[in-house]
Amino acid sequence: MSNSHANGSHRANGHSIADMVDLASGTVSREIFVNEDIYAQEQEQLFARAWLFVGHESQIPKPGDFFVSCMGEESVILCRDRESQIHVFLNSCTHRGMKVCRYDEGNTPVFSCPYHGWSFATDGKLAGVPYFKDAYKGELDKSQWGLIEVPQLRNYKGTVWATWDKDAPSFEEYLGGYRTYLDFLLDTWDGAGGETEVFGGIEKWVIPCNWKFPSENFVGDRYHNISHRSVDLVGAGPSGSGRRDTQERVGATALDFSFPERGHGTISFLRPNDGPIPSYQHSKIVSDYFAHCENERRKNYGKWSRFIPGPGTVFPNFSYLPRQPRTIAVWHPRSPESHEAWRWFLVDKNAPAEVKEFLRKYYISYSGPAGLTEQDDMENWNYAHNASRGAIARRYPYNYQMGMGHDAPSFDADGLELPGLVRNVTVAKAAEQNQRGFYSRWADFLRASNWDELASWRNGHSNGAKFHNGAAARAGSAL
Amino acid sequence: MTTAGTRNVAQVLLKHEIEEFLYHEAELLDERRFAEWLELLTDDIRYWMPMRRNVKFGELEREFTREGQDINWFDEGKATLERRVSQILTGVHWAEEPLSRICHMVSNVQLLEASPSAEEAAEVALKCRFYIYRNRVETETDHLIGKREDTLRKENGGWKIAQRKIILDQNVLLAKNLTFFF
Repeated sequence: MSNSHANGSHRANGHSIADMVDLASGTVSREIFVNEDIYAQEQEQLFARAWLFVGHESQIPKPGDFFVSCMGEESVILCRDRESQIHVFLNSCTHRGMKVCRYDEGNTPVFSCPYHGWSFATDGKLAGVPYFKDAYKGELDKSQWGLIEVPQLRNYKGTVWATWDKDAPSFEEYLGGYRTYLDFLLDTWDGAGGETEVFGGIEKWVIPCNWKFPSENFVGDRYHNISHRSVDLVGAGPSGSGRRDTQERVGATALDFSFPERGHGTISFLRPNDGPIPSYQHSKIVSDYFAHCENERRKNYGKWSRFIPGPGTVFPNFSYLPRQPRTIAVWHPRSPESHEAWRWFLVDKNAPAEVKEFLRKYYISYSGPAGLTEQDDMENWNYAHNASRGAIARRYPYNYQMGMGHDAPSFDADGLELPGLVRNVTVAKAAEQNQRGFYSRWADFLRASNWDELASWRNGHSNGAKFHNGAAARAGSAL
Repeated sequence: MTTAGTRNVAQVLLKHEIEEFLYHEAELLDERRFAEWLELLTDDIRYWMPMRRNVKFGELEREFTREGQDINWFDEGKATLERRVSQILTGVHWAEEPLSRICHMVSNVQLLEASPSAEEAAEVALKCRFYIYRNRVETETDHLIGKREDTLRKENGGWKIAQRKIILDQNVLLAKNLTFFF
């Protein structure tokens, strides 16, 4: 790293953060995608401080169960100890750094280092040290050399999150008003708030582009329809034909939500009051189940049942599709040039077996490297990245001006309090408010030296003011 | 089936016939004759490619994700395979537009079972190795190597693929997508 935040200039490799993420003009430098120095800063400033998704509780139901995950570049172990407490540890021996677990998942009484044999209990305590009496004379303070554990962990509705920064705000504060939208992913389909689980098998694959391409795509890119032209032509909708998404979006008001002071963003569809159109006509059991869920959803959510959630990103690298298909993706940085995508597939625990089977097949054929829809996304991200690396290309920023300086029409929220910067894009079809919010927050993380600076909402002012969105329609008060 | 030492003429002929079929199939795929390739699949084909976990010694039964239960790279039938072909043939499937240059190599063919007999085989179970080389656009290159377990069934005098299990020798998939057929 050179010229880091420590000297107060907020520069990376001669580029100032303010110049690279220029929200007044709506441009973002290509440097932040391809520059190695900036990538290194991201690891320190962003991934070591933000809340990151580690895994789902249903992956480790029993004491001793573990799942090896990642936080940023680094391998971590998500495990349940003998007392059923959930922990997240750095997957590295405290003696000489060897990975103490090289299995993807399983159940174990201890994590034993294959190098010199230090062994750690599932609560992280250093349990065994070879030659403890002879070589260490019994003097090694084992209590100080347990596995390195995250200082903060939160199990939120079955999803396990952690941060390496002890000064980070609570996970709920980190989410802020975005929690309203995330809950639509994590609560059951009927809106009753019951348990979800993930299918066995976590997809892991390498995508040769910077991790921010998928993050910003999921944060609210409604503009990339042409990417999916082929899948819409062949028909991959959840009823086996038609567009890749559901019919429930037809006739709805399209709303984008951005949280520039936090970086999160999502898109949604607010239906008229006539109720959703059935979209899951696969078999009688499946269509009856979804019809039942929709009825329950209307009872449980009341006015909110009009709200059809869409894709979103919890800053920085947790992206999801809440309804069709219901998946969680994390984009783990590996270098400026590539990241590892991991994908979990979520389902209601109590859904009938036939429904789970229908969803499993639909999920696989939609998402991931073999997914008819996402294959084309990855191609575009891959070659967008490649074509941005050159010395000449780097001189020219990307354009995020869509919708800037123009009023968005208001809409009838029917008393719903919709947190965040809300933009009605029904007529415009797309805007880049959410992407601007994402990069605004990215810049905050690269500039700030601690969480006192990052938690700007505590000071009663929002950095949303620096946006030139014109009189973008807002509903609800909370940012 | 039998060891090499006791192999009879019928078995040798059958193995030759099956190898010819597998090479023909590879030829169709490499020449992008996708519609003809689809005709080599039975209507009830099972096309399955599990993901592979790193698991502890003694727990190898958990190495593969399960067909029909877990998330797999592929776990599908003919309808989805036909949709994949249709998608490539739209000309706007960007992940295969322009089309990749693909070379399928099939080797180590082992006939495991022929029923009712090698002489009158109506169904054959086999294992083989595959090496799929993909090169696309300019320098993008993937090498996918692994094993296949196929069940072939005779329909109207010709062989068709009734089951295909694809075992890729990778944990984290090193290719960004799987837009081609194994």
